[in-house]
Amino acid sequence: MAGNFDLSIAIGGAAGQGIATPGNILARIFVRRGLNFHAYNAYQSIIRGGHIFLTIRISDRELHNHGDKLDLLVCLNQDTMNRHLTHMGAGSRVIYNSNTIKPGEAAEGAVLCPMPVAELTDNSKNRLVQNTVALGVITALLGLDFKVLEDTLTLQFKRKGQEVVDENVGVARAGFSFAQENFEPFSFPVPLNEKPLAVWTGNEALAMGGAAAGVKFYCAYPMSPSSGVLHWMAKNARELGILVRQGESEIAVANMTIGAAHTGARAMCATSGGGFALMTEALGMAGMMEVPAVFINVMRAGPSTGVPTKTEQGDLWQALGASQGDYERFIVAPKNALDAFRTVPKLFNLVDRAQCPGIIISDLLISEGTFSVDPDDIDMHPEIDRGELITEAAPGEDGAPADPGTREGSGYQRYLNTESGISPRAIPGLEGYAHVVASDEHDEDVVLISDEFTNPHKRRLMVEKRARKFRGVAAEVPPPQLEGPAEAEVTLIGWGSTYGVIKEAIEQLKERGVTANQLAITWIVPFHAEAVSGILSRARKTIIIENNYSGQFARYLRSETGFKPNGYIRKYDGEPFMPHHIVEGVLEQLAGRADLYVPHQEILV
Amino acid sequence: MTISANAATLTARDFKGKVGPDWCPGCGDFGVLNALQKACAELGLRPHEILTVSGIGCSSNFPGFFNAYGMHSLHGRALAVATGAKMANHELTVVVTGGDGDGYGIGGNHFTHAARRNVDLTYLVMNNQIYGLTTGQLSPTSSEGMRTKSTPFGSVERPINPTTAAIMNGATFVARGFSGHGKHLVELMKRAIQHRGFAHIDIFSPCVTFNHDNDYPFFRERIKTLEDEGHDPGDWKAACEKAMAWGDTIYTGLFFELEGRETLGDQEPVLEGPPLAQRPLGLSEEQANGILARMM
Repeated sequence: MAGNFDLSIAIGGAAGQGIATPGNILARIFVRRGLNFHAYNAYQSIIRGGHIFLTIRISDRELHNHGDKLDLLVCLNQDTMNRHLTHMGAGSRVIYNSNTIKPGEAAEGAVLCPMPVAELTDNSKNRLVQNTVALGVITALLGLDFKVLEDTLTLQFKRKGQEVVDENVGVARAGFSFAQENFEPFSFPVPLNEKPLAVWTGNEALAMGGAAAGVKFYCAYPMSPSSGVLHWMAKNARELGILVRQGESEIAVANMTIGAAHTGARAMCATSGGGFALMTEALGMAGMMEVPAVFINVMRAGPSTGVPTKTEQGDLWQALGASQGDYERFIVAPKNALDAFRTVPKLFNLVDRAQCPGIIISDLLISEGTFSVDPDDIDMHPEIDRGELITEAAPGEDGAPADPGTREGSGYQRYLNTESGISPRAIPGLEGYAHVVASDEHDEDVVLISDEFTNPHKRRLMVEKRARKFRGVAAEVPPPQLEGPAEAEVTLIGWGSTYGVIKEAIEQLKERGVTANQLAITWIVPFHAEAVSGILSRARKTIIIENNYSGQFARYLRSETGFKPNGYIRKYDGEPFMPHHIVEGVLEQLAGRADLYVPHQEILV
Repeated sequence: MTISANAATLTARDFKGKVGPDWCPGCGDFGVLNALQKACAELGLRPHEILTVSGIGCSSNFPGFFNAYGMHSLHGRALAVATGAKMANHELTVVVTGGDGDGYGIGGNHFTHAARRNVDLTYLVMNNQIYGLTTGQLSPTSSEGMRTKSTPFGSVERPINPTTAAIMNGATFVARGFSGHGKHLVELMKRAIQHRGFAHIDIFSPCVTFNHDNDYPFFRERIKTLEDEGHDPGDWKAACEKAMAWGDTIYTGLFFELEGRETLGDQEPVLEGPPLAQRPLGLSEEQANGILARMM
C-alpha cells in the first residue's frame, strides 16, 4: 500500500448476527478521523440466516466504489470463513472466534487472528459479544488508541444505559489487549485528518434532497431497496413539517402524491421497479393534468420480484415507457449519493416550472450504500423556483377579491395557450380561480375534448402546448461533459451509478499504460443527443458499460443518436462492478478479443 | 369546512359548472348534482372552498358540471387523490363523487383505507348497479342473476354491500340516498359535509339506458327511510341489518354516525396551522444543522 491509505474491511455472517452495528461503529470511527468511507452491503431477502457480507473501504483519498481488494476479514460464522478465506491475500488479516469457527487453508501470507471469545468475555451468553471483541481486535491491528473505540462505543450504546456501555467497552478492551499481545498490527498508520466527515446512505441523501427542496408531502409503500427514503422522512417528519404517509399500495401512493401536488404542496414518493410499474398510470395523469411531482425508482435486479436485495440497472426502458401516450416528464439517473441529493431540488424546480412529473432513477448500489460526505458539500438551502404559480386571490372589481359565485367567474383558464406553453397555475382554495382539471384531454377551459364533441384542432393545440412548455424548460438542463483527457485511446460510457467504478477503473488502466476517459450520463430526458454525438464522434474507441443484460442504455443511445459503440461491458448477476472487472473488459476489447465482455463474479454472496 | 363571512349567500345556480351535464335525459345523476348544488348553497359554502374529486365513469364527469375546484382523475383512484389533496390543504371541503364500479370495484381497496383512516371528506357514490359509460357491463353491486353485456346468461356473483362495508371499515358517517328523493338527499348531504370524518352516502341513481331492473319504479316501490323507522344511527348492528335488507324493503337514510372520532388530519401534528400547501418552502438554519449533526 505505497503512498496513500486505502484499507478494506469485510464483515461476514448470517442475518441476525448484528453486522450492521460494528459497521456503523467503524464508519463513525473513520469519518471522525476525516477519512473517506464507502460501504457496500451484500445481503439476502431474509430476516434471519443466509449470508451477509459488508465491505467497508476507507481512504484518505476520495472514494467512488468499494474497490477490488480485502485487507481484513471478520468472520462471524463458519459459512463466511468457508466462502471468503480464499480471497484474502498476503498481508491481510482474518479475525474469527476460535471457539466456534475452524479456519481453512489460508493463502500464503494471510494472517489468521483467532479470538478465544469465551475466555475473553468470561463465557458471556450474549451472542453478539464476538462482534464487540472483534472491534477491539481491529482497533489494535490498526494501531489506534483504544480510547477511539471506547468513545464511539459509549456514543453508540449510550441510549441503552451505562451497564450496556460498560459491558461493551469491557469486552472490546479484552479483545484489544489480546490482539496487542498476540497479533502483528498493520504496518501503516491510520491517518488523522482535521476535518471530520459525515455519513449517509443514498436513500438518506434522496430524502434530504427532498427536505431541502421544500417537500411537504412524502408518501410511500415499503419496498426494498427504497424503504430507506420513507424511514428517514418518517423519522424527521415532525421536526421538518413534512406530512409522511404510508399508502395502501403504490397505486395509492402515486395518486395521493399527485393529489397533494395539485393542491400546491411539493410532493415526492419512492419505490422500486415493481412498485413503479403500479405507478405508471398515475404518471400519465400528472402529465395530462400538468401537475409537478417527483417519483423515485430505486432499481433492483428484475424482472418481476427478481432479486430484491441485489442491484441492477434494468428499468431504463420501463421509465421511458411508463404510461400511455406522449406526455412530458423529466428522467434523471444521479451518479452517486451526493449527486442524488443535489438532483432532487434541481428536478423540483424543473418540474414546477414545466408543470409535469419528474422521475429519478437510483439503484440499490447508490441507495443502500453507506458513504462519507463532506458536510460543506451539502447545501441544505438550494434555490427554490416554483414556476408560474398563482398564490394570491384574483382581484375583483374595486380591488376586492373576486368570487366566481356565478358560472361566469373570473375568466381564469388553467390551460391557457401561452407562447411558452406554460399556463399559470392556480392552487385550489384560492378565491377567483376555481377550475376543474381532468385526465381526459381538455381545452384551455378544461372542458373535456372527449365527451360531447372532440375537436381535432383543440386537441392538437393542447398536445403542442404541452410539448412546447417542456422543450423550453428542458433547454436549461446542461449537457454531459467528458471526464478525462480528450485524446484518450478509449472512451467509457456509462449512466447512473457506474460513474464511480468507471472512474477508478480509468485510474487503474492508466497504471497499465492505457488512457481512458468517461462520458457519464445522468440526464436521460432531456437527452442531449447533439452534444453526446459530438463527443462520441471524436472518441477513438468506445465501450458502453452497464449493469444489465440487454444493454438498455446502449439501445437508448442508439435510438437517440444512431451511435453504435465498439463494444460493451455488462454485468447482470446482481453484484456491482468492481474496478478490475472493467479494466479486464477494456483490455480484452482493446486487444480485439471480444466486443461484449461479461465479468465473472469472484466473491460469492 | 369554513364558511366565508363575506358576500351574499349563494344559490344552487351559483354552483353550476361551465358546461351542462352530458348524461342521458332521465339519468339519476341529475338528482345528485342538483342536491349537492343546493346543499352547498344552503351551507353557505363558496366555490373556491370546495374540491370535488372523481374517477372515471358517467357519474365521475360530475366535477365538470359543478362550479368549484375539481379533479377528474383516474378510474378507481379518486379517494387516493382526494386524500393527498386533503392532506395538502386540510381547509378544503373535499367531496368525492363517482360510481359503483369506479368506487367499489377497482377503487375498493382505497375505499377500505379511506374509511378506516377516517379522512375528513364526503364520498358520494352514484350507485346504478351497472357500468354505464362502457355501455352496460356487470358492476360490483349488480344483483345476482342480472343479465348484462358481460353476463348475458346472468351474473353468478353476489353483489357487495357498500353500506355494511363502510361500517365495517370504520366509516363514521354512513348513509344511503335515492336520486329521486331530492329533499331527503339534500339533508343527508348537508349532514355528511358537516360531519368531521369519512362520510359515505351510497345513492341509488338509476341508469335509464342500461339498467332496466333497478329503475325508478323499482326503488319507489321499496324505499323506506330509516328516519320513519325510528332507527338509532348510533347502533351499528341494527344499521348492518337494515343495510342488508333487499327484498320488498330497501332502506335509505342515515345508517350510522359516530361523532368525535379523530380524523386522519387531526392525528397529524404536522397539519396544525395553515395548510401545508401555503407554508413557505425550505429548511431553517436550525433544521439544517440538526440534520447535519445527526450525520456526524
